[in-house]
Amino acid sequence: MLPELHFPWLEFSILLPLIGSVVCGLIQDRGRAQRIAVALGSVTLFCTLGEWIDFAMVGTFEAHDHWDVLQMLFGRDNIFVIDELSAPLLPLTSLLYLMTMLSTLRTKIGRFSFGLTLLSQSIVLATLSCHDPWVMIALLSLAVVPPWIELHRRGASTRVFLLHMGLFIVLLIFGRLLLGESDTPEEASGIASALLTIAALLRAGVVPVHCWMTDLFEKASFGTALLFVAPMTGAYAVMHLVFPVVPGWAMRSIAVLSLITAVYSAGMATIQVDARRFFCYLFLSNSSLVLSGLELVNEIGMTGALCVWISVGLSLGGFALTIRSVEARIGRLRLDRYHGMYEHTPTLAGLFLLTGLASIGFPGTIGFIGMELLVEGAVDVYPLVGFAVVLAAALNSISVLRGYFRIFTGQRFTTSVMLRSRAAERLAVVVLTILVLGGGLWPQPGVASRHHAAVELMKMRHVQQSVGAAVADDGAGKERLTEPLLPAKAASMSHQALKTDASEEK
Amino acid sequence: MLIFFGQLVVIAPVLLLAVFGVTTLFRINMTERAMARCTEGAIVVGLCSALIILSVMLATDRRLVTVPVGEWVRIPDHAEAHAADESHDTSDHGHEAAPGEEPATTSPAAAKSPHFHFRLKFLFDRLSVPFVIMTYVLCGVISAFASRYLHRDEGFHRFFIYFSFFLLGMILSSLAGTIETLFFGWELVGLSSALLVAFFHDRQSPVTNGLRVWSVYRIADASFLVAAITLHHLSGSGDFAGLTGITDQLTWPSGKAAISEGAALFVGCLLLFAAAGKSALVPFSGWLPRAMEGPTPSSAVFYGALSVHLGAFLLLRVSPLLDESLVLSILATVLGAVTCLFAAMTARVQTDIKSGLAFASLIQVSIIVVEIGLGFRYIALIHIIGHACLRTLQLVRAPSLLRDYNSMINAIGDYLPESRPVSQTVSQSVRTGLYRLAFERGNLDAMLDAWFVAPFVQIFKWSDRMERAWTQWLSGETQPVTVTEEENGNGSTSG
Repeated sequence: MLPELHFPWLEFSILLPLIGSVVCGLIQDRGRAQRIAVALGSVTLFCTLGEWIDFAMVGTFEAHDHWDVLQMLFGRDNIFVIDELSAPLLPLTSLLYLMTMLSTLRTKIGRFSFGLTLLSQSIVLATLSCHDPWVMIALLSLAVVPPWIELHRRGASTRVFLLHMGLFIVLLIFGRLLLGESDTPEEASGIASALLTIAALLRAGVVPVHCWMTDLFEKASFGTALLFVAPMTGAYAVMHLVFPVVPGWAMRSIAVLSLITAVYSAGMATIQVDARRFFCYLFLSNSSLVLSGLELVNEIGMTGALCVWISVGLSLGGFALTIRSVEARIGRLRLDRYHGMYEHTPTLAGLFLLTGLASIGFPGTIGFIGMELLVEGAVDVYPLVGFAVVLAAALNSISVLRGYFRIFTGQRFTTSVMLRSRAAERLAVVVLTILVLGGGLWPQPGVASRHHAAVELMKMRHVQQSVGAAVADDGAGKERLTEPLLPAKAASMSHQALKTDASEEK
Repeated sequence: MLIFFGQLVVIAPVLLLAVFGVTTLFRINMTERAMARCTEGAIVVGLCSALIILSVMLATDRRLVTVPVGEWVRIPDHAEAHAADESHDTSDHGHEAAPGEEPATTSPAAAKSPHFHFRLKFLFDRLSVPFVIMTYVLCGVISAFASRYLHRDEGFHRFFIYFSFFLLGMILSSLAGTIETLFFGWELVGLSSALLVAFFHDRQSPVTNGLRVWSVYRIADASFLVAAITLHHLSGSGDFAGLTGITDQLTWPSGKAAISEGAALFVGCLLLFAAAGKSALVPFSGWLPRAMEGPTPSSAVFYGALSVHLGAFLLLRVSPLLDESLVLSILATVLGAVTCLFAAMTARVQTDIKSGLAFASLIQVSIIVVEIGLGFRYIALIHIIGHACLRTLQLVRAPSLLRDYNSMINAIGDYLPESRPVSQTVSQSVRTGLYRLAFERGNLDAMLDAWFVAPFVQIFKWSDRMERAWTQWLSGETQPVTVTEEENGNGSTSG
C-alpha cells in the first residue's frame, strides 16, 4: 500500500486545467478566456506546489492522492502517483504553462488557443503523474492532439509531425505488446527492446529523427511548440517505459545517440538564421544532455542529469518566452541581422542573457551545479562523454551570446510605438530571475533532492536487473513476476539485497 | 580575526553586485553618484581588509591563511547516505537491524562510493594577497576614472554592473582555494569582459568583437573545466592545498604536486591552453586588439592590467604541476617565447595607440609566461604587478597623450626624434615581408577562421540544407518554410 498525500492534489491539478479548457473553448471573448486561463493556471500551480510540499512532508519515494477518486470510479489502484522524479517536474510544468499564458500579449491572443493549452497542460500533468504503462502510452498519444489541431487550423502541413508522432505511438504500442509480462531487461525480447528504443529516440527528438521538432517550431505558434517539448515528457516516458525493461545495448544506444545529438544540435544552433530554429536546436542539445546523463550508470551523473532537467526546463522556458515576447513586438526574428532591441526592452534583454547563461551552466545560476555533476559523472564512466558534454556546453554558450547580440544589439531600433515590457512580463521576469539565481546561489536543497531520487532510481534499476538475472538463472522461470515491480517494492528489495551483501562481507 | 577580514575581502564585491542586481531587477533607479560611491565603498572595504591581512601576516610571519566558507554543495557518499537511509527505512517500514549486525555501509565497496562536494575556500598566501591588493587598487583607480569618463553616458549603469561582475570574478579567482572556485571567478571575468568589449552596442563592430572574445574564452574555458574535473578525479578533490601540496610550513611556490608526472603533463597542457585563451597567447592573440573596442576604462583594467594576467596567475597557482613535468615547463616557455616574438613584431606596426598598447601588454605577459616556465615564480609575480600598474597608467593616459604630442610637435616645429629601428639592418624584401606579416597580425585570426571556423560552419550549413530539404520532402511542400518580410511585418506566425 502506497503512502497517501494529505489532499487530492494530483487529481485537482489535472482536473482544473481540463475544466478550464472546456470553459475557455466555450467563451468567445479571447481576453476573458485569457484571464480565466491565467487564473486556473495559477490555481493549478498552487496545487502542484502543494503536492510537492506535501510529498516532501510524507518523506517517501512515492505516494498517491488522498481520497483517490479514480480508484473509487474504476477500481484501479495508483493510476496517478507522485514520486521523487516527478515531484519537482509537476510545479515546473505548471509554471511554464502559467508563464506562457500570462506573457501572451493581447495582440496575439487571437492566434493562441487557451483552451487547447489548458487541455495540453492537463494531459502533461497526468503523464508526469502516471506510472501505469498503458495509461501513460494513452496520455502520450493524446498529447499529440492539441499541437496537431493547431497546425491544422493554421493550414500548415501536419505530415512531418504526424508521421513522426504516429510512428512513435505505433512503436510504443507494439513494443509494449511484444514485451508482454516481461519486466526485466533479461526477459525482454530483442525486437520489443528495439521498438521501444526507437520510440524513445523519436519522442526525444534524437538525431536523425529530430526533424519533427524544427518543423513544429516553424509551423506552430511558439507557445504551443514550447509547451509540447519543454516539459520533456519524452525523457519521462523513457525513464518509466524504456529504461526499466530494455537491455544494456539499448540504453547505450540511446546514450550515444543522445550525446551525438547534443553536440550536433549545439553546432547547428550556432549557424541558424531563424530564432525559432535556433531555440529548437539549443533546447534539443540540452535535452539530449539530460537524456544521455540519465543513462549514466552512476549516482553523480544521474543526479547531474536530473538537476539539468530542472534547470533546462526553467531556463530555456524563460529563454523561449523572451524570444516570444520580442517576436510579439517585431514579428519573426532572423539572426542574420542585428535588431538592436536593447534600448526598448532592457528587461527582456537581461532575462534572455540570464536564462541563456543558466541553460549552459554558468556559475551562479541554477544550471551550474547540475552541469558540473553531469560532467563529473560522465568523466567517471566514459571520459570522452565528459569532453563531449563540455564541448556541447561551450558551443551552446557561443550560440546564446550570438543570439543576444543579434536580437538586442548591433543597431539602434527606431519605432514610434512604445515597446516596453508589460506588467505581466515584468512579473514573469522577476519570478524567473529569482528562481534561476536562487537555485544557483543556494543549490544544496535541489541537489540533495535530485540525488535522493537518483539513488532510488538506480536501486530500482539494479534490483530489476538482479531479479531478472535470478529469473533467467532459474530455467523454469518459477519466480516470474506477475505484476510490475513497483519502486517501493524495488527499494525495499534493494535494502534487503544490500544487507545480505553486507552480512556476506562480514 | 583574520577569518573575519578574509571574509570581508570577498563579501565586499558580493554585496556590491547584489546591490546593483537587486536595484536593476526591481527597477530602482540609482544615480551615477550612488553607483560610484557604492563601488568605491566596496573597494575601500575590500582593500583595507586585504591590507590588514597582509599586515598581520607580515607581523606574525604567517604565510598561509585559509578562510573556509563551507561546502556549497555536498552529496554524501554511500556510507553517510545509506546510514541516513537506514534510519529512514527503520522509521518507515518498521525494520530493525539485528543485534550486532554491521551496517551495510561499512563495506569497502561502500567506502569507495562516489560523492561530490563543491567547497568554497579562500587562500591568502604570497601569491593571492599581492594579486588581490593589486586588483583592488587598480579597480579603485579605474572606478574613479570611469565615473568621470562615462559621466552622463547612457551606458553608465551598465558599465558599473559589468564592472562589479568583473571585480567579483577577479577576487574569487585570486583567492580561490579550490579549482572550482577559481573556475567560478574565471567565468565571471570572461562574461564581463565580453560584454564590456561590446559595450557600445549600437554599432556592429564592438558586438562582433565581443562575440569573438567570448568564443575564444569559451573554448579555453572548456579546456579549464575538463582540467578541473580531471584534477578532481586524480587527487580526490579540487583543493589547491592538497593538489599542490601547500601547508602552513610549505607555502606557495614551494608546494609539490600530488599527481604523477604524466597526469601533471596532461592536466597542465589543458590549463596551459586555458591560460593561452585568457592571456591572449599564440594562437589566440587576435582577440586582444579587438577587445580595445570597449571604453577606455575597461580596456585599461581588463586587457592592460588584470584580465590579461589571469592566465599567468593560473600558471603560477598550479606551478607545482610545472615543477613536476619538465615537458610542461618547456611547453610553457616556448609558448611564451613565440608569443613574445609575435607581439614584439606586431606592436611596432600598429597605427592606433590602443592596439599598440595591447600588443605591448602582450609582450610583457608572454615574458611573464617565459619566467614561469623557467621557474622564476617571484620574478613573474613582481613583473605582473609592475606591468599591470604601468599599463593601466598608459591606457588611461592614452587619449590625452596624443594631444600632448601634437602640442609638442607644434611647439618645436618639427616631428619628435625617433630612434633607428633594428629592422633597418636587414634587407628591404625581408623588411617588407616582416611588415606585412606584422601588419596582418601574423594572420592568426585568418588561420583560425580558415582552419577551424570555416569548415565548422560549412559542415553545419550543409547539414541545415539537407535537413530542410528532407523536411520539405516529408511535408510535401513545394516551398521551404522561411521567414519572409511579410511575416515579419504582420507577425502572422507569431504567438
